[in-house]
Amino acid sequence: MTEALWYFARGSGVISLVLLTVVVALGIGSRSGKPAFGLPRFAVSMLHRNAALLAVVFLAGHIVSLLFDPYAQLRLVDFVLPFVGNYRPFWQGLGTLGFDLMIAIVVTSLLRNRIGARAWRAVHWLAYLSWPIALAHGLGTGSDNGTWWLWAISIACTAVVVVAVGWRLSTGFSRFPARADREVAARLRQPEAKQLEEVR
Amino acid sequence: MRLHIDWTACDGRGVCTELLEEMLTEDDWGYPVLRDGKGEIPRALDGAARRAVDRCPRLALKLTQQ
Ligand code: SF4
Repeated sequence: MTEALWYFARGSGVISLVLLTVVVALGIGSRSGKPAFGLPRFAVSMLHRNAALLAVVFLAGHIVSLLFDPYAQLRLVDFVLPFVGNYRPFWQGLGTLGFDLMIAIVVTSLLRNRIGARAWRAVHWLAYLSWPIALAHGLGTGSDNGTWWLWAISIACTAVVVVAVGWRLSTGFSRFPARADREVAARLRQPEAKQLEEVR
Repeated sequence: MRLHIDWTACDGRGVCTELLEEMLTEDDWGYPVLRDGKGEIPRALDGAARRAVDRCPRLALKLTQQ
């Protein structure tokens, strides 16, 4: 029984990471305003949300199973307070930190209508922080960190996120790049204004 | 019920035009335009309208009574 718990804890952790990778890629895809991954925009948006909720479910399973696991000996405080664990406190603490960030992201998303788009978006940026934290936690604390398959999965996930972020930063990302102008702060537009002056 | 678009919030990501094709089209810049100009929501499109409101990434859509 305890063996089963242990396997479940590890498996659900890895599945969460893979799901979170998909969530990040879909989130970036939904930001582009273009159909992405061969899906229409609304489907990208819905998949993004549903995959995120599924990731939360697996993450909950991951944590709860470790609570009952005699090796890990997690305490309730380890769910919320990072870096106070008994076992590899730093790497385990990264897991707790990633979990806290993720809960913040999910709760603000569910309460989006209450808190407003601005606050929601600000918190949503934390996703870019929580993903690498989750990755590091898996590689650092995972009992599987010497195994080829965990490295293969981690490298594949990293590749997906790096490509997605690269796409996000590329000029072809937005459907109407010219339109982004209206969101650029005045002080950032100054070089352009100076150029105009020089022309005159 | 009516659909209200907050233009200051909308970023023209087009999720709503896909979910509510019957009511919305896209202008040349990708912003949604109400086909009937008023946003009157027919009964049959109630669910689709709610979904569009829920999925708008900028919370730019609202349902108003009457
Ligand atoms: S989904 Fe929202 S942001 Fe996108 S076009 Fe419709 S109203 Fe605008």
